[in-house]
Amino acid sequence: MIRVVLPGHLQDLAHVGAEVKLEVDGQATQRSVLDALEARYPMLEGTIRDHVTQQRRPFLRFFACEEDISHELPDAPLPEAVASGAEPFLIIGAIAGG
Amino acid sequence: MSKVRVLVGTRKGAFIIASDGKREKWDISGPHFAGWEIYHLKGSPADPNRLYASQSTGWFGQLIQRSNDGGQTWEPVGNKFVYDGLPGTHQWYDGTPHPWEFKRVWHLEPSLADPDTIYAGVEDAALFRSTDGAQNWQELPGLRGHGSGPSWQPGAGGLCLHTILLDPSNSGRMYIAISAAGAFRTDDGGQTWKPINRGLRSEYIPDPTAEIGHCVHRIAMHRSRPNVLYMQKHWDVLRTDDAGDQWHEVSGNLPTDFGFVIDVHTHEPETIYVVPIKSDREHFPLEGKLRVYRSRTGGNEWEPLTKGLPQSDCYVNVLRDAMSVDSLDKCGVYFGTTGGQVYASADAGDSWAPIARDLPAVLSVEVQTLP
Repeated sequence: MIRVVLPGHLQDLAHVGAEVKLEVDGQATQRSVLDALEARYPMLEGTIRDHVTQQRRPFLRFFACEEDISHELPDAPLPEAVASGAEPFLIIGAIAGG
Repeated sequence: MSKVRVLVGTRKGAFIIASDGKREKWDISGPHFAGWEIYHLKGSPADPNRLYASQSTGWFGQLIQRSNDGGQTWEPVGNKFVYDGLPGTHQWYDGTPHPWEFKRVWHLEPSLADPDTIYAGVEDAALFRSTDGAQNWQELPGLRGHGSGPSWQPGAGGLCLHTILLDPSNSGRMYIAISAAGAFRTDDGGQTWKPINRGLRSEYIPDPTAEIGHCVHRIAMHRSRPNVLYMQKHWDVLRTDDAGDQWHEVSGNLPTDFGFVIDVHTHEPETIYVVPIKSDREHFPLEGKLRVYRSRTGGNEWEPLTKGLPQSDCYVNVLRDAMSVDSLDKCGVYFGTTGGQVYASADAGDSWAPIARDLPAVLSVEVQTLP
């Protein structure tokens, strides 16, 4: 079980609280977690990563275990603490804008 | 008794302002999609309770929302806008080639006959269509592919397709406008397109009478005369009487002919409205006086409409999609400002009153007249 923390706007969009819990098939990676997230909440497709390129949207970052893992490869394993559910996978919106 | 529903898109959400046909007392609901930019929302002429909204932010990109109950509840629908084939390039501000990149939906135009068919004008400029209630979108590639696409350049607001007009008498005919490429027409349902910019003159481009490159801000049509179009260009107000084949200027006695909005009285096809803005450098009304100008002669002769509008220290702008009319017996006219006011006139512009004063900056105003 993976815990994912969403930014407030995406919580509203998906009608969920701050944290969602997901079952992920196979190894826990950025790609497998986001695939599972979008499969359960299709309205999030395109809001975190581009529909076509699958690249992370530029004003979003991925954090875990007090590290910025945004630039890890999409298929790199997530930290064991995230894979085990001990720590959440955080999707963070940039502190910007007016 | 009839009702009026005013759909307002703002920088921080959507608002729906409703009244009965007297148009004296208004109720505001919202913000819907609080915190998101709502470039545009519009109802289906075939089913007024079917609404569509363009919702976006720099963080999370584009969403399309759909309502089946007049805006009481909404559901996100398809947000996948993928250019047809290899997207190619247009010109960047410095004249170099720049790849086409989808940024947002500026304008949504539901079909006149089918609530599930809707067009979307997007940035970077292209026209998309959905025939399944906005679940899936396909580009109409004949527009970008008609030949001049690689020479299109963005205006200050981006390379946006902001105006879509559907001809009620000819289902194959449609007009669109792009800043800063110009106006285009299709006569075959969007398969092929031609630029319709003859007669436009823009001193800010190398060839002032070029076929492409004019910063058209808005086009308006009266449904009884779809061959007559009115245009607010960057500078100049113009009209055509032959579906865009030839335009001529009708700025006449306007104090400045820069502006963004233009619209047509519901029952009088020769009565048109603009809001003159001081200049391209100073996007606010002349002398701090917010004035709508009305022509009852299809242009050239204009009268200022000031009753109820601020006539001192007013420095707001009125953006291109932020004016609309209702279809009640005395035509109602509505516009929103970047200061967050929405003004309404229930007497064709003779007098005005704010129906909302303190919204976020208004991006768009659409009006539905309901039975």
